[in-house]
Amino acid sequence: MAKGIRDKVAILGMGCAKFGERWDKDEDQLMLEAYEEAMADAGIEASQIDAAWLGAAFDAQNIGPSGIPLAVALRLPDIGVTKVENYCASGTESFRGAVYAVASGACDIALAMGAEKLKDTGYGGLPVRTRGTTHDMVGITGSAPGNFAQLASAYRGVHGVGKDDLKRAMAHVSVKSHANGAKNPKAHLQKAVTMDQVLNAPMIAEPLGLFDCCGVSDGAACAIVTTPEIARALGKTDIVTVKALQLATSNGWEMQAQGWNGSYFHTTRVAATKAYDEAGITDPRSQLSLIEVHDCFSVTELVTMEDLHISKEGQGWRDVLDGFYDSDGSIPCQIDGGLKCFGHPIGASGLRMIYENYLQILGRAGERQRQDNPVFALSHNLGGMPNQNVSSIAIIGRADA
Amino acid sequence: MSEFGILSFGAYVPITRLQRSAIHATNGWFAGGLRGLAKGEKAVANWDEDSVTMALEAARDALDSIDRATVQRVAIASTTLPFADRQNAGIVKEALNLPDAVGAIDVAGSQRAATSALLAALGGNETTLVTAAEITTPKPASEREMTSGDAAAAVIVGTGTPIAKLVASHSVTMDFVDHFREAGEAHDYDWEARWVRDEGFARIMNPAIAALLQKAGVEGAAIDHFLVPVAVKGVPEMLAKKAGIGEGAVADTLGASLGHAGAAHALVMLVAALEKAKAGERILLASFGQGCDLILFEVTGAIGSVKPRLGLSGWLARRIESTNYAKYLFHRGLLQLDRGARAEHDSKTALTALWRNRKAVLGLVGGRCSKTGTVQFPKSEVSVNANDHAVGTQEDYPLAEVPAKVMTWTADALTYSPDPPSYYGNIDFVGGGRMMTEFTDFAGDALDVGADLRMMFRIKAFDENRGFRRYFWKAAPAF
Repeated sequence: MAKGIRDKVAILGMGCAKFGERWDKDEDQLMLEAYEEAMADAGIEASQIDAAWLGAAFDAQNIGPSGIPLAVALRLPDIGVTKVENYCASGTESFRGAVYAVASGACDIALAMGAEKLKDTGYGGLPVRTRGTTHDMVGITGSAPGNFAQLASAYRGVHGVGKDDLKRAMAHVSVKSHANGAKNPKAHLQKAVTMDQVLNAPMIAEPLGLFDCCGVSDGAACAIVTTPEIARALGKTDIVTVKALQLATSNGWEMQAQGWNGSYFHTTRVAATKAYDEAGITDPRSQLSLIEVHDCFSVTELVTMEDLHISKEGQGWRDVLDGFYDSDGSIPCQIDGGLKCFGHPIGASGLRMIYENYLQILGRAGERQRQDNPVFALSHNLGGMPNQNVSSIAIIGRADA
Repeated sequence: MSEFGILSFGAYVPITRLQRSAIHATNGWFAGGLRGLAKGEKAVANWDEDSVTMALEAARDALDSIDRATVQRVAIASTTLPFADRQNAGIVKEALNLPDAVGAIDVAGSQRAATSALLAALGGNETTLVTAAEITTPKPASEREMTSGDAAAAVIVGTGTPIAKLVASHSVTMDFVDHFREAGEAHDYDWEARWVRDEGFARIMNPAIAALLQKAGVEGAAIDHFLVPVAVKGVPEMLAKKAGIGEGAVADTLGASLGHAGAAHALVMLVAALEKAKAGERILLASFGQGCDLILFEVTGAIGSVKPRLGLSGWLARRIESTNYAKYLFHRGLLQLDRGARAEHDSKTALTALWRNRKAVLGLVGGRCSKTGTVQFPKSEVSVNANDHAVGTQEDYPLAEVPAKVMTWTADALTYSPDPPSYYGNIDFVGGGRMMTEFTDFAGDALDVGADLRMMFRIKAFDENRGFRRYFWKAAPAF
């Protein structure tokens, strides 16, 4: 039986570029922005990095394939650089590569970079792209909102929630994230919105309106990881370690068999159970200090509260409306604004979430800092569609927790 | 005792009925003379339909009570076949999931195409599925735009218990050019209607009809259904009078409710007649086009024993009224709208992959695990969970005729669709199998979780860079 990743790897440094419509920057410049902050935080030289992983989902935009763009952008010293792609979960995937490399003992220090330059398409929303030769003949080339909107129709049907109740809960999710984003100088969207604005916004994909959808942004985020021992040897005293790192990938059951009801993420439930086990968390609702989830759409965040076993099935919408996940609630969700307002440069998002959790645990989150000394922070990074996806969960926490 | 003749019949009419008043409301300022035609409605194909998909639906209508394995040849007749070089009948064959050992033929080039295909089948000894379909492309503000409509029909000719038998036929061929459309052109060019009526319909058809009646030894008065697929007012009556055919025998040309479906119209009128014909009645089908084909049938006592799934009357009843003339023009490529950058997505089809997956893509054939019975789409080497990871246990499992229900849905206004918003979602087949698919032909707010569905063969996407259309199955409201 595998022992898991718990406390084997520490975060030495992290950085995150300003997210947004970075018209004046190429992806390599965004990567450098995140890298410089992470390196300053880590207090190391480039020559000390043994290997690097780059997470990018739409590599046809701007940088192109392979690990070379990262190696060139940072002028890394001829080390191994691997590009990983796992839809919108590519950021956490790059983190996983670096963390596993350190945990295996093959590397002392490894770097994970997530980056995306989405605003070179000429139109709003995610780039339209093929999902494979055969898929394109029988599958749907829909949009992301169209795919995720289907959660709502299924959730209402399964749990008997009224259309207006669900729409209000979804709106609360967005209003909360906008309020949080307003306190984050690196966020793409830093403006608060009202319930009325959200409820009356133009429809993108029934029932998701404009404010139910996250920002499409340029950005990059970076993590440098090592062992807790090396971190201490490098002078770090306040150590944040990786408590759990799980990834569950759909095998076609949701999309092809008839057991899934369309109202939740099967993979997230599987990954969450394993992650809590790996981290030694027995009651996430009382033990988690804060969470960053993949709120690509308001409804995604809402059902994820249940899939993470924090809200009871069918009750997540009530917790949302009760303010349980607000910045001053029991477990703040997206205290940095989330994908919704911090923005969603695909490959960077998973690392951006870990960045925020890391800052919060170290008490470095500025105006939005949670005042109750966070111990365990979870990030949930999802790629794909409700009926076929990859779901990754990372839990980080104080080394002594 | 087995005999040779028409064994079965079916039709197809697209669901949208464009109101002619809406056309005139836009074009009246320019073509005021068409005001007299600005009444009733015409059937217009959806953006995702063409002559192949319509012929396929007519074939399914006709095959509802016929064993598909008996079909030995598939014919499609149309002057608007989507492919000039790729056998269109072959696409129909694949969509019907017929065995590979069948013949196929495309018949084109004239308004007589359908009757010529039918005569070929009647003259042979095989069981032939004869389909005809037309998606009309008249010029805006033309008379043809007012009189035409889109439709398809199918008859199965072969050995069995015919509902109608051939009595006699007569054809003449003369290069009388009343209208023409060169290959690759979108629109017809018409010569003066009075000349066509007097020198064409009258001078060519009158003697030919007389010759047929003489050949058959039948008086004009003995004809019960006189089918003249000509949109020009008064022509069927004029021909009937000359031939001694009773006024009551002249069949409705379906102008008010459907429009003239070009080369398919002869077959459309034939299936309309078969739907109401009685044993012993005689049907004379007279189609015109560079000469004429005349076919005389006698209805047998078996009439009524074989019914189409909906038949023409059923399809005509399945309708959604539309006054959106601009949408029709856009769908026909007659109005350039700004489609946005998302429409630039390349829909190139890998022909190698299409060939490997042709049963899944064209026939909607899924798989069923021979060990556990699990049904899935598409088929795979290892069956979908929960299964036992056995490899290679999937057997072909056709899903095209299996009813389904909506599991989830959305109306996506972001993704490009020629008919926004794009409706799609997950559906469950009755008896197993699930897929995410597009919805088509839904009206208003009829789409919801649990709604009953029937799969229809449609165009999935156009590859405009290479001139190729990709077909797949979509979910329509059950019928």
